[in-house]
Amino acid sequence: MIGVYRAGNSLLHRTPAGAKLLALLVFTTLLLIFRSPTTMGVGLIVVVLAYALAAYTPVVMLQQIWPMKWIVILLFPFQWWIAGWEAAVVVVGTLVLAVAAAGLVSLTTRTTDLLAVIEWAIQPLRYVRVDPERVALLLTLTIRVVPVINDLVHDVRDARRARGMERSVRAYVTPVVIRTVGYAERLGDALVARGVDD
Amino acid sequence: MSTIRFEEVGHQFGERVVLSDVSADLRESRVGIIGSNGSGKSTLARMINGLVHPTSGRVIVDDLEPARHGAEVRRKVSFLFSDPDAQIVMPTVGEDIAFSLRRLSLEKTAVAARVESALELVGLPGYADHPAHHLSSGQKQLLAMASILVTEPSILVCDEPTTLLDMRNTRRLAELLSGLSQQIILVTHDLDLIVGYERVLVIADGRLVADGHGAESVAYYRKLMS
Ligand SMILES: Nc1ncnc2c1ncn2[C@@H]1O[C@H](COP(=O)(O)OP(=O)(O)OP(=O)(O)O)[C@@H](O)[C@H]1O
Ligand SMILES: [Mg+2]
Repeated sequence: MIGVYRAGNSLLHRTPAGAKLLALLVFTTLLLIFRSPTTMGVGLIVVVLAYALAAYTPVVMLQQIWPMKWIVILLFPFQWWIAGWEAAVVVVGTLVLAVAAAGLVSLTTRTTDLLAVIEWAIQPLRYVRVDPERVALLLTLTIRVVPVINDLVHDVRDARRARGMERSVRAYVTPVVIRTVGYAERLGDALVARGVDD
Repeated sequence: MSTIRFEEVGHQFGERVVLSDVSADLRESRVGIIGSNGSGKSTLARMINGLVHPTSGRVIVDDLEPARHGAEVRRKVSFLFSDPDAQIVMPTVGEDIAFSLRRLSLEKTAVAARVESALELVGLPGYADHPAHHLSSGQKQLLAMASILVTEPSILVCDEPTTLLDMRNTRRLAELLSGLSQQIILVTHDLDLIVGYERVLVIADGRLVADGHGAESVAYYRKLMS
């Protein structure tokens, strides 16, 4: 899951957010430039070592990439079949390593610190009348809202089951939309009350 | 205490009249607002911080009209809603409280200190790095309260803050509220919470039908409902 910061005091936790984002950018760029199974092997060692620097075991790393298991299971044989095993390793490896590395950055960095860097990086957008603070707030809200909407969808699914309407698409979509809109309205009110527009 | 003045306040949503001719001067430190569903309580409460503007009459909070000076009024008036999930905008507890301080350009250590003291005040010490999503509803409401109190408002408007809480958390929030030095305007269906208040307004069909001591207004409301 994105945005799940875990408090800690490791070297990586103490590294500034900007440095970690830059390293992430360089790392993924290198993976994309030197596309070979060897690169993937080296990349894997680098990522595992980086997790160790943050005092995380490979299990934590697996948890980060677990959500993309289906993509890997489908993509790998497909790539092998049309382009050979080397291409399959490169394509899937790049994806997995990039997600694992990005996951490590979000595990060791407070969202606020990440957003401060992003806000700074997109300052030039001011010239095209985009407010960087707004963009950063929007990103934060997205991270915050995902689990709330997820809960809401589960609630609706349980309610539908309780009423014996498992097969009805309408009994699913209608309440999800209504409740999401209601939630968005309340969130908007709370943001105004907390002075977002002031 | 501040003065919240309603001067012949009315409100319509399109053709529909939801408040009419409400006048009251609120100077007490504890003010309750009760009334049945749809009577207009929330609409009235929201006018205090400018979330809703009157369509007739005016509201004045310490010489300022929320409809015109929203930003200034909101610096003094904080609002606690029923749905804790909708009030928390940051992924972790500490970040959400710090969000309230973003305009003050404080040092990182000063922010951390204020965050921690706000958490202690609401009874959630040490929760700063906890994901907000993993809190219980009661804890989320306490977090929403911490995020509000950290800005040191002088008025706190609460619209059914305990509706989604169980008995234990309701009591916890009630205790927290009663210990605060702020002026509190509390909209609620839980009559026990406001029966001891210095002043309670009863709203029925958009009109102010009773305005007196807590016990007095509650007795009136009970009779009205029976
Ligand atoms: N945005 C809106 N648009 C149209 N009508 C609205 C809107 N908000 C509220 N109303 C209507 O105004 C009336 C008063 O609503 P309000 O929310 O103030 O009542 P309430 O006393 O807070 O009720 P409850 O106890 O259910 O919270 C209701 O009939 C409601 O349907
Ligand atoms: Mg209401």
